[in-house]
Amino acid sequence: MTQAAPLVKVSDLKKYFPVKRGIVFEKKIGDVRAVDGISFDILRGETLGLVGESGCGKTTAGRTILGLYPLTSGNVVIDQHQINNAKGDELLQIRRKAQMIFQDPYASLNPRWTVNAIVSEPLQIHGLVHNEKERAERVQELLTLVGLSGRLINRFPHEFSGGQRQRIGVARALASNPLFIVCDEPISALDVSIQAQVVNLLEDLQDQFGLTYLFIAHDLSMVRHICDRVAVMYLGKMVELADHDELYDHPLHPYTIALLSAVPIPDPQKDRQRQRIILSGDVPSPMNPPPGCRFHPRCPIAKEHCSQVEPKWREITPGHWIACHEAKDV
Amino acid sequence: MDPILEVIDLRTRFHIPEGTVYAVNGVSFQVTDGETLAVVGESGCGKSVSMLSILGLIPIPPGEIVSGQALYFGQDLLKKSEAEMEHIRGKEIAMIFQDPMTSLNPVLSIGRQISEALTTHLGISQEEANSQTVELLERVGIPGPRERLGDYPHQFSGGMRQRVMIAMALTCNPNLLIADEPTTALDVTIQAQIVELMIHLRDQFGMSLIWITHDLGVVAGLADRVIVMYAGFIVEEAGVEELYKNPRHPYTQALMAALPRVDRRKNQRLKSIPGAPPSLLVEPYGCPFAQRCDYVIERCRKENPPLIAIGVGHKAACWVEVTTGKVL
Repeated sequence: MTQAAPLVKVSDLKKYFPVKRGIVFEKKIGDVRAVDGISFDILRGETLGLVGESGCGKTTAGRTILGLYPLTSGNVVIDQHQINNAKGDELLQIRRKAQMIFQDPYASLNPRWTVNAIVSEPLQIHGLVHNEKERAERVQELLTLVGLSGRLINRFPHEFSGGQRQRIGVARALASNPLFIVCDEPISALDVSIQAQVVNLLEDLQDQFGLTYLFIAHDLSMVRHICDRVAVMYLGKMVELADHDELYDHPLHPYTIALLSAVPIPDPQKDRQRQRIILSGDVPSPMNPPPGCRFHPRCPIAKEHCSQVEPKWREITPGHWIACHEAKDV
Repeated sequence: MDPILEVIDLRTRFHIPEGTVYAVNGVSFQVTDGETLAVVGESGCGKSVSMLSILGLIPIPPGEIVSGQALYFGQDLLKKSEAEMEHIRGKEIAMIFQDPMTSLNPVLSIGRQISEALTTHLGISQEEANSQTVELLERVGIPGPRERLGDYPHQFSGGMRQRVMIAMALTCNPNLLIADEPTTALDVTIQAQIVELMIHLRDQFGMSLIWITHDLGVVAGLADRVIVMYAGFIVEEAGVEELYKNPRHPYTQALMAALPRVDRRKNQRLKSIPGAPPSLLVEPYGCPFAQRCDYVIERCRKENPPLIAIGVGHKAACWVEVTTGKVL
């Protein structure tokens, strides 16, 4: 890994959603602690994977980092801009530099807009084109970049397949020449053969423009393929962060180990021989997470103190971070 | 071994305002006693429609079963009346669906939904049905089953709801269980729980299982035999080990190459399949995979290859022997 400077710095980020009861006299009865204190850097040009099961807070984390949700506490810096109090021009600057690709290519494109309008909007908002000719040229260029024919600009989203729609979403994200793109499960709604197309496209664009990605996903096989480093979240907390091969070959946190062992391998012999760790039960509610280590009620190696003391986020070997009392470096 | 279900040349179409959807185009397969058959394919390949056709669950119109037979212990299910099918569905052949939230009735307690199947098919009393329901819920691993009888679907998590669905499917001890992407909506750790449970129950109840999925990973550890479907056709059929070791159809090969593996370091780009599956609104002509195939020859565009036996229990629908480039 090159010693590049971090483009994105996230420190102790928290995002709570209040839970209210009552209609006229709303009373706050608690918080959903969707993201509860996570810290990491994303280096220039790298792809950081953020994985975890549904409800672990990975999507909320991605959105809060971009300032789409106001953060509860903590700090996010994107290319030297603080996201916390950004307003007006500075917010516009951040929006230009940091973009997002959404999970559902059916819901994230306005059905009443043509491809032309969808891809043009960021160009106009950020004043990146000065006349109609420039705009038309740029839209053509963007569509060609993502592998769509420029002849399709006057079509509507419903005329495209899922994979093509996701390409339109990518073109829109690229329109403002961003440095950083949050990819929120960009391929999970697509078929296998189309997934590979979109992943290859994202990789090519990264090579071409030096993009930095935060790649949020639950498909651990794809994350290993596309990411340089991978962070694992559980119930609003980070449990492990390491270089991709290190994490997959030597996972140390019991949750990561269980998660990886649950991923099916497309090889009958290997899959049947494998030691599978089946976690019992479900993920607890983020409204009142378990005390101590949040994973302790399901953890196969939990000891007494795991239910009382919250484990520290520590660097167990260089570049390999973990939050667990019991995990040992092997 | 005798097949318990034999499907011969099934063709299903849908007549919609835009034209005719050629959803299933001559599908034939067998399921033997106690066997687990996986049906793999991408969305729109006809895997679910085939199964729904067999069970008489296709709305007619717009659907039309143009031809075919589905012989269950020698009786053609496609010729049975709706009343007769009601006795077979649930009792002889049960099905579970992908999304446990939309396939459970949200306004009925789960105890009522499960015991309904028992009182309908077995004609036992409500009291007896309740106690059997508790036993079933226990077998599918729902903690505190007696207390949960009165709970409604929204009070269960996704994995627990799928367990309820499984319990419901098992009520009458079916001979054949058709599971349509039962783990797709679930997280990997919950998926592993459900797969484990299904293997356990399959062996315990001694039933045959058809597992429909788009995930080549899940079926590797589960199935005995695999069918690969594409655009309404079966393109390859083989024993599970043979298929993964020696995939012969260019589509199967491409699908495997497009799949990253959790147990392997990244060494190259994923091999993507260019283009998209053909429109089902066009009457199939030639091999359905021809436009996306690396090995395409002239004949592929004119004539659709039949399933050709190429090894023990291994069939592929391709004119070209992909490994050698020899034209069959």
